[in-house]
Amino acid sequence: MADALVVAEVADGKVRKGTFSAISMAKKALEALGGSFSILLIGSGVKGLTGEVAGFGAAKILVCDDPSLANYTAENFAPTVAEVGKGFGLVCAVASSFGKDLMPRVAGRLDAAFAGDCADVSNEGGKVLYKRPMFAGNAYGYCTLETPIQVATARQSEFDGAEPSGGESPAEDVAKVAPGEAASRVEFVKLEQVKSERPELSEATTIVSGGRALKEQFFQVLEPLADVLSSGIGASRAACDAGYAPSDFQVGQTGKIVAPQLYFAIGISGAIQHIAGMKGSKCIVAINKDPDAPIYQLTDYGLVADLFVAVPELVEELKKHKAASA
Amino acid sequence: MKILVPLKRVADPDNANKVKPTADKVDTSGLEWKINPFDEYALESALRLTEDGKAPKKRLGEVIVVTVGPKETETTLRSALATGADRAIRVDAEDDALDGRMVAKALQSIVEAEKPDIVLMGKQAVDGDTNQVGQILAERLDYPMATFAATIQEEDGGVLVSREVDGGVCWLRLKNPCVVTVDLRIVAPESVYSLKTDKSFKHNDGVRFAALPAIMKAKKKPLDVKTLGDVAAGTELTAKYSKFEPPPQRAAGVKVADVAELVQKLATEAKVI
Ligand SMILES: Cc1cc2nc3c(=O)[nH]c(=O)nc-3n(C[C@H](O)[C@H](O)[C@H](O)COP(=O)(O)OP(=O)(O)OC[C@H]3O[C@@H](n4cnc5c(N)ncnc54)[C@H](O)[C@@H]3O)c2cc1C
Repeated sequence: MADALVVAEVADGKVRKGTFSAISMAKKALEALGGSFSILLIGSGVKGLTGEVAGFGAAKILVCDDPSLANYTAENFAPTVAEVGKGFGLVCAVASSFGKDLMPRVAGRLDAAFAGDCADVSNEGGKVLYKRPMFAGNAYGYCTLETPIQVATARQSEFDGAEPSGGESPAEDVAKVAPGEAASRVEFVKLEQVKSERPELSEATTIVSGGRALKEQFFQVLEPLADVLSSGIGASRAACDAGYAPSDFQVGQTGKIVAPQLYFAIGISGAIQHIAGMKGSKCIVAINKDPDAPIYQLTDYGLVADLFVAVPELVEELKKHKAASA
Repeated sequence: MKILVPLKRVADPDNANKVKPTADKVDTSGLEWKINPFDEYALESALRLTEDGKAPKKRLGEVIVVTVGPKETETTLRSALATGADRAIRVDAEDDALDGRMVAKALQSIVEAEKPDIVLMGKQAVDGDTNQVGQILAERLDYPMATFAATIQEEDGGVLVSREVDGGVCWLRLKNPCVVTVDLRIVAPESVYSLKTDKSFKHNDGVRFAALPAIMKAKKKPLDVKTLGDVAAGTELTAKYSKFEPPPQRAAGVKVADVAELVQKLATEAKVI
């Protein structure tokens, strides 16, 4: 019997939503592990956040609140996470840029085997069987991790966020572990945040994504559509590389993995790497002037048209629809 | 400046939809081997960091490429040598007998022997899509790291790196020796500068290709072979894959005639607006 530890991700004074997907993975892994799960809140000023993760069934909420943890670096966080993790059979987090950076480092410290970006977990004769997308989502591999402590990250789009289940989760302070030499050789300089009023890609129920075809008019064309749909905005790599959209808009194998209810691919050809990041969407719409664009192989609704004409028309039509159904 | 660049060959990622997951393996036969794109970008970055941006290019440091894999992976190493790396190391191993933890341990021994200033590698291999080796390696070496690097500027005794993270860009300053894993935008014209490269210089967009004479010359560059026992003695496979399967297929839907039909279908058929 073993317990699981969920490392919460905290940003801007809040527990990030992806944490609840990691909680779901941990809870499911307990079917194999048999024990209970706890949550680690680590950072500066995180003591006040216990309420955000209480009531999800955690045995304990472990809190490492230290002013020296104000700016995240893996070098500074990993030693404490690993030390706390020693009491557990599974240490997990969400596969965000935080989890992807930190958790393999924690695994290295614990000499633990690691399974990244898992789509599911199940019980294989008392062992946790991790299901992982590979080859840009063109294969699923199932693996077990054969070390005393296992480390994993959860793909947010594949695990619904845990729902509150009530009960008490007593909070307990844990001390920060003095980091090693590495931490003294890294300096956090700054975080340049792209602030947006729109829903985050990982949390949006509707996303409109634009590709290379949008050119410098990326926002000019897509914002009105995103406004009427209250959606998030994404992009292809080509649009990000060209500077039409910020890099963290990139949807794909090596960008954000999204699975909204409704996804618009506008002026996007449908390269394997892009598809890998959005094919889990419930309903996919493409607007592309090329009737043979590969994106049409997976769209529910395809509109062969010049986007510069079709998108403004679509905005008007959606407004009419909204007005009529209001 | 001495830079170590770990490389992996992968089945042609632009045809990843042609892999055939079977019960016990992912069959990639029929697909060409390619260097993992992120590793190719790491190599390009390493070359940029060991140049001054002037023509003809002057080498200012040493770039060592290393791979863990069977004999055929020497083709990948040779092409990296032809692109400009100075020497190569192959750790002999079968692909199926490896996991990220073992590769990290093998690389650790090589780093300890070679003592590079920077280990520069891809953020993830696009076959396993695991994204772990750089981080594990950095921890085992007790080195600072910067993952998902979009830009690297060499500084006195270290590097200033911008990283692509959720919601923006994070800047870290590292002291050498360190580990840096690179993201896509690292091969943009203004992303990598050595101390000797003028800040007004713009690199060619993307990676460089080997010229024919360089391909000939690469055959004579040193390539050492080590065994897994030399560099990762006693390490066993601990991420054990037991089965593989194809993902569910999405059926292609319909083409709509115009915007009005699209909105009508979204409202009444898909019920998503
Ligand atoms: C290692 C690696 C990782 C990658 N990771 C990602 C990733 O995570 N995400 C990603 O997106 N890509 C990724 N890529 C890149 C990917 O291979 C493609 O190059 C990229 O997705 C193409 O972007 P695009 O569809 O916008 O551009 P293009 O392929 O150029 O497509 C543009 C489309 O716009 C259409 N079009 C042009 N004008 C109009 C118009 N007026 N109206 C309507 N349609 C029009 C064209 O018909 C075309 O289909 C990766 C590549 C590599 C090598």
